[in-house]
Amino acid sequence: MSVLRTRINPRDEAFLANRENMQRQVDDLKAKVAQIHQGGGAKARERHTARGKLLPRERLNALLDPGAPFLELSQLAAYEVYDSPVPGAGIITGIGRVAGQECMIFVNDATVKGGTYYPLTVKKQGRAQTIAQENHLPCLYLVDSGGAFLPLQDEVFPDREHFGHAFYNQARMSAMGIPQIAAVLGSCTAGGAYVPAMADESIIVKNQGTIFLGGPPLVKAATGEVVSAEELGGADVHCRTSGVTDYYANNDHHALQLMRNAVGRLNRVKPVSMDIREPVEPAYPVDDIYGVIPADTKQPFDVREVIARVVDGSEFDEFKALYGETLVCGFARIHGYPVGIVANNGILFGESAVKGAHFVELCAQRKTPLVFLQNITGFMVGKQYEAGGIARHGAKMVHAVACADVPKFTVIIGGSFGAGNYAMCGRAYDPRFLFMWPNARISVMGGEQAAGVLATVKQDQLAREGVEMSAEEIAALKKPVLEQYEHQGHPYYASARLWDDGVIDPADTRMVLGLAISASLNAPVPESKFGVFRM
Amino acid sequence: MFSKLLIANRGEIACRVIKTARRLGITTVALYSDADRNALHVELADEAVHIGPAPARESYLQMNRVIQAAIDTGADAIHPGYGFLSENAGFARACEQAGIVFVGPPASAIDAMGSKSAAKQIMEQAGVPLVPGYHGDDQDPAVLKQAADAMGYPVLLKATAGGGGKGMRQVWSAAGFDEALAAAKRESSASFGDDTMLVEKYLTKPRHVEVQVFCDNHGSGVYLAERDCSVQRRHQKVIEEAPAPGMTAALRREMGDTAVQAARAINYSGAGTVEFLLDEDGSFYFMEMNTRLQVEHPVTEMITGQDLVEWQLRVASDEALPLQQDQIRLQGHAFEARIYAEDAAHDFLPATGTLAFLQPPEESANVRVDTGVRQGDEISVYYDPMVAKLIVWDESRERALQRLTGALSEYRIGGTVTNVDFLYNLATSAPFRAAELDTGFIERHSELIFHESEQDLASGLPLAAFALLLHRQQQGRPTSCMDPYTPWASHNAWRLNEAHTQRLNVSCHGREFAVSADWLGDAYRLRVDGQETVIKGRLDGDTLSFEAAGHRQRATLAATGEDFVLYLSSGAISFSELRPDTGEADSSGSARGLTAPMNGTVVNLLVAPGTAVEANQALLVMEAMKMEHSIRAPAAGTVEAFYFQPGELVAGGAELVDFTVEDCQE
Repeated sequence: MSVLRTRINPRDEAFLANRENMQRQVDDLKAKVAQIHQGGGAKARERHTARGKLLPRERLNALLDPGAPFLELSQLAAYEVYDSPVPGAGIITGIGRVAGQECMIFVNDATVKGGTYYPLTVKKQGRAQTIAQENHLPCLYLVDSGGAFLPLQDEVFPDREHFGHAFYNQARMSAMGIPQIAAVLGSCTAGGAYVPAMADESIIVKNQGTIFLGGPPLVKAATGEVVSAEELGGADVHCRTSGVTDYYANNDHHALQLMRNAVGRLNRVKPVSMDIREPVEPAYPVDDIYGVIPADTKQPFDVREVIARVVDGSEFDEFKALYGETLVCGFARIHGYPVGIVANNGILFGESAVKGAHFVELCAQRKTPLVFLQNITGFMVGKQYEAGGIARHGAKMVHAVACADVPKFTVIIGGSFGAGNYAMCGRAYDPRFLFMWPNARISVMGGEQAAGVLATVKQDQLAREGVEMSAEEIAALKKPVLEQYEHQGHPYYASARLWDDGVIDPADTRMVLGLAISASLNAPVPESKFGVFRM
Repeated sequence: MFSKLLIANRGEIACRVIKTARRLGITTVALYSDADRNALHVELADEAVHIGPAPARESYLQMNRVIQAAIDTGADAIHPGYGFLSENAGFARACEQAGIVFVGPPASAIDAMGSKSAAKQIMEQAGVPLVPGYHGDDQDPAVLKQAADAMGYPVLLKATAGGGGKGMRQVWSAAGFDEALAAAKRESSASFGDDTMLVEKYLTKPRHVEVQVFCDNHGSGVYLAERDCSVQRRHQKVIEEAPAPGMTAALRREMGDTAVQAARAINYSGAGTVEFLLDEDGSFYFMEMNTRLQVEHPVTEMITGQDLVEWQLRVASDEALPLQQDQIRLQGHAFEARIYAEDAAHDFLPATGTLAFLQPPEESANVRVDTGVRQGDEISVYYDPMVAKLIVWDESRERALQRLTGALSEYRIGGTVTNVDFLYNLATSAPFRAAELDTGFIERHSELIFHESEQDLASGLPLAAFALLLHRQQQGRPTSCMDPYTPWASHNAWRLNEAHTQRLNVSCHGREFAVSADWLGDAYRLRVDGQETVIKGRLDGDTLSFEAAGHRQRATLAATGEDFVLYLSSGAISFSELRPDTGEADSSGSARGLTAPMNGTVVNLLVAPGTAVEANQALLVMEAMKMEHSIRAPAAGTVEAFYFQPGELVAGGAELVDFTVEDCQE
């Protein structure tokens, strides 16, 4: 394979400025994540540990194999969404190795609003279940939750994707042979009671875990019966009398050990049938990426500089290098796994789109996973291009991407605007995983364009009335639009709403993709079937 | 040569004798007690005879039964090994009377050396040097001082009635003699009501050097060089070596000739060892003679290329000595380390247990393991808790020592505490490397050997934590061969957007430490006990390669369950992983803590069944390893019943008491 040659100069002023700019954004991201990882704050954590319970991340670490990686999802969920903070939406989700198996792990954080389900908690849990289902990852639920957050019950309970869907998912996944195991480490009330009940195997901690459809206050209100939580739904009740749980744990550590044992008995083998090679680190320092990405988002950059810092040995066999050059397609390996890479190097033209469709078909045929590096302002517009059938060509690529049934992975490394988002496997195209860099922006079109469109419409309107707008007036008109797009297009805003699976440090791109690709191989890669391409 | 040999012993020496007998085509008969029914020596022997219950005095020491077994099986000779009946003149005679050859010296020779004072007299008459001393009745201070002046200072004044250091004084020069004598006499009078003193030459740094002698029944005698057994604890040899470091050919000849002379003085036959104290100035003094094969005989075999058991058998069957003195050649250097089930850190308290895991180093021309146990065997209270003798040989002392430390670091023993790490620390200590040996070695260098100073802890702990970290990672399930390079198998606790930190808990030197390890991309930053250390490295199998503070090193990690020993070139660090408490041991309400701490005997029941007792009240006393242990109530409650009566043997871990904890609620 051919090795990509870098053209960057690490002593270049622009490079250094870029690096500083990206470093700032990464630092900000890590600071935000660190804050979120404090959960419900010192007092809530103290109250939690005073009961002899491990903190959610301690539970997670005790469950994972020693030293195993953990690919956390949706870290920024609910960030600045609700009136008061709900760090991480009160649940930790992610993929980690337990007893040698890649598992989807769900950890309620009872220090955050008692572990209750906000609308975004439901969405975050649902997203993790979707990932588990698509990639055949056993689901491990560490339950410690007060159930639905009642003030927002209308956004939590009734709809298709709401709370009830979690149990539907559990049943469907169990039917698919994807194990569902729950450990009740605290409350597990009302709807939440179905998590252990719907699980294939469940564990409960004595004098700590409780499961009931209606808690003591509800029971008292309904029937006047006075009963303690432990009597109503403690470990003894459920292990000895009700049969809701299967294993009786002495404490958190014991429960987690029992869960590790349970995973160790699953009798599952990861069905990897792929041409795998021994991984080689990229030839160039990975964190050079910081300097490659221009601080000014309008500045173009050669996406091959990014590819060279993500793929094994910086080796990249480019497909149709001389045709439709604004879309870079080619074959490479990430952590030894073969991948097809589709990356933007400018706006999409008809040729680039057709080339993209061809390449995606190629990878689907060969069952080679696809990685999309998205930095796209959209398809080319204008009379010439519309007449040339840009919509028809774009549709071919969108169709190919939609129907390619290989694992797809998208990283938004710059802009993600308009129909380009579709062709480059945006959220709506069901990539197995979608991550954003902190510098990325996502919206229906760029803020400038949106503001420009608005200004033009307004100007035209006023022009018909014979009024001319001053430059100041135009700027004042544009300003709120620009601000709105900057705010709503920011990755934190996107990630808070689960439009992606997380904002990642660009230097981690290789590792994140490696873990994601490897996790995806737990599910066999199906044959792809394409529909009617508009030729 | 004999056709059938009965070995009146057990353990490693029985196995050792059987090996040679086999090679010589002699049929072997083993003896076994109840405890040894499945022992290795029984398995190795052609025949085996049950000899009685587990206690040695009821089995291996039962002369009549031993001889009867020989008669019953048609054995024409008995090899007594060491210990048990090996230095029992009565047994030697009984053999003779039964018409069975005793593989050892004549009964008269055993008798002659049996009493230490009588032996010294015989030796004095034979011209063998004794530690100079004055034992006369004339207690005139001038006479005593004259004697002291004659033997040269320092001298030791001892009360003849004395003991325990009372009435004892070291005198370093003539000037201090009178004052010391007066003081010693005063003390002796006060303590024993008698102020009779004896004066002995005081050896400041004596070495224990012993000579292996061999005599046949035809008047020939030779010596097979010497062994240095200076390194002792509580008068038990720990590491022996041959030849003695610094030994000159002239001194060897002198000591050897003296030893042969000593043997001749008692008409000796067979293998014997003459023990001397060797002073710094090269003078040596007779201590005692052991009229049997010594535990440490293999070091002599290694440097002479001879099989001393074969020599014993040949001599006992009236053959001439296989070699004459001038035919005996010495080559290289050998060490023997005695591996015991004992807790060196706690005053060498003997231990018991089942050898759940036993993996000795691989044997070769350089490494020999003499043992009587296999994996799964038990080190019981009944016999010596020796696991094995590790013997190494190489061309020089330095290289042999290298072999010794290497082999020790490869020894894996699980199921009981052992002294392997202690031996390693001893063997790697600077004074031992420099062969600065004397009988006070272990006491004097205990700090160097036990590595228990704060400084040792500070330097060792991060390495222990690092080794444990890598070991834990190694323990994961193997990755599927279909997905061999998956990044999920990486071990540096990779996390998204946060530090890659791992935490673990270690116990070392009886203290507990929390460790955190941050992955820095190519190294770990370990935080433990208030210090920060950056270490880089990897663990391949049990070989730990690491670099800390610019120093690249290699070490061996021995893991048995949660217990570890890290063997560094500078010494061994023992530590344990503290796993999180899963509450499984917690069974409040049942007999927590009411189990036998180790194998032993119930001595006394202190309360009657049905009695209500307070928390921590002693319930029964059991004896194990010559120590008494009280079993106490874990909480207030009632003793329902005892499962054992006084005199009964109990296995370690056995439930002793049916105990009901008082319910606080009621």
